[in-house]
Amino acid sequence: MLIKLPRSSECKASEITPEGLYLSRRTVLGGSLAGLALGALPRLGHAAEASRYADVEAGAAPAWFSDKLAATRWQAVTVKDEAITPFKDATHYNNFYEFGPDKGDPAANGGSLQTEPWSVVIDGEVGKPGRYALEDFVKPYQLEERIYRLRCVEAWSMVIPWLGFPLAQVLKQVEPTSNARYVRFETLKDPQHMPGQRSGFALIDWPYREGLRLDEAMHPLAILAVGMYGRELANQNGAPLRLVVPWKYGFKSIKSIVRISLVAERPQTTWEGLAPDEYGFYANVNPEVDHPRWTQARERRLPSGLFSPNVRQTQMFNGYADEVASLYTGLDLRKNY
Amino acid sequence: MRYPWLRLAIFIVGCVLPLWWLYEAAMNLLGPDPGKILMDRLGLGALTFLLVTLSMTPLQRLTGWSGWIVVRRQLGLWCFAYIVLHILCYLFFILGLDWGQFAVELRKRPYIIVGALGFLGLLALAVTSNRYSQRRLGARWKKLHKLVYVILGLGLLHFLWIVRSDLREWAIYAGIGAVLMALRIPAVARRVPRVISRRGRVV
Repeated sequence: MLIKLPRSSECKASEITPEGLYLSRRTVLGGSLAGLALGALPRLGHAAEASRYADVEAGAAPAWFSDKLAATRWQAVTVKDEAITPFKDATHYNNFYEFGPDKGDPAANGGSLQTEPWSVVIDGEVGKPGRYALEDFVKPYQLEERIYRLRCVEAWSMVIPWLGFPLAQVLKQVEPTSNARYVRFETLKDPQHMPGQRSGFALIDWPYREGLRLDEAMHPLAILAVGMYGRELANQNGAPLRLVVPWKYGFKSIKSIVRISLVAERPQTTWEGLAPDEYGFYANVNPEVDHPRWTQARERRLPSGLFSPNVRQTQMFNGYADEVASLYTGLDLRKNY
Repeated sequence: MRYPWLRLAIFIVGCVLPLWWLYEAAMNLLGPDPGKILMDRLGLGALTFLLVTLSMTPLQRLTGWSGWIVVRRQLGLWCFAYIVLHILCYLFFILGLDWGQFAVELRKRPYIIVGALGFLGLLALAVTSNRYSQRRLGARWKKLHKLVYVILGLGLLHFLWIVRSDLREWAIYAGIGAVLMALRIPAVARRVPRVISRRGRVV
């Protein structure tokens, strides 16, 4: 069974908003609906939800996001006995090479990205191709909060409460043809607003591309995220729309998606093209298969303090083996890394 | 002792940088992974000290001032000190003091092997950096210390193999290293003009 009901032990008491406050929030929001100008709504809706997690920086949520937030299924999937990474760390320690090669670059340079208006192209082997405005694209889906472990291929990890919806729902909606066997994703290419794409020393061939096998993409754990920590995604985390595939290394979870294509042939992904012996198409988290340059048996769970380094064993499929291992029956995971 | 203030200034810079980084880490100013950042900064600091050390001889040739050579040994020893700290950070923060894993890494990872060879080279230079060894080794001392060029190559290779997606930073260090090496080619060295004549600068 995939979608677990949260048990009382799975969420720290400090993370739970008191019920009274939670309910009064709705009253405040409801009461305001009548009185306030429409433009004030997103801000208010945002402020109410952000209080779910400590020290969450206020964003400027687009109207469509605030509208969806009220109907969110909170804690639809949770982690057991693991602390959620502080918001500041999840938003200031990022790999998003479009904004620069250092961990702090995405937060420092991400502000230049224009996420409104945003559109997503659906093409390839689908019954309903087209270019969708983001607000129309997300309209049919209910937001769910998915608290997932995120394991980077560089051997650090975090726990992040995402807000999104299953990728499977989107794929069903666009009606893949019988030829469709893989899903290919593409990030925005916009050198004017993405300084990393202007670097003459970058080894990446922009735009960034990723891919999944269709059955992987249809798996209920794979989601498209539009928010995290009860608010919309920050630009450095892949606003306004990103993939989250928790059992694969983080680089598979492509950010700022502008194109989703269903294809018959296995697409070549960016890292595969750059260093095929280091980054495979599957990139499943696997403690037994090392990256050629470092071990994958362990990870640093961030924040990892100076005097108490938080080094822990990496789990097969990042701890989601029960759910996803059956996707890879009969596949040699050592060869198909 | 000649140029005591210059020596002291370099000593203070060498001490203060790691202490400052440690303070930043302790105050949570380095983000969620301070150990990794300390390790990276110490590695880059060591490479910087190595490049500065290697620029002393060309600077002396260029300006005729002997002060450059006086501080060369101390700069080289700082490079060694930073590498020792860099390795300690690696063992503590990245490997979590797992010695079995360290043995595996030393056998399996080319960039770790290259880094370890560079460290052994620096160790040999550091222990023979005193006057006693200079006298004892005589002409062989100079030959031995030419090893520093190999160490620079190993260090840059170690750095190159860590790069994931953007070569800019590496290219800057490698470019400076290449210029410093080129200045040592006799044909090039002969063509470098002396900016300041030697006679005004006798101490």
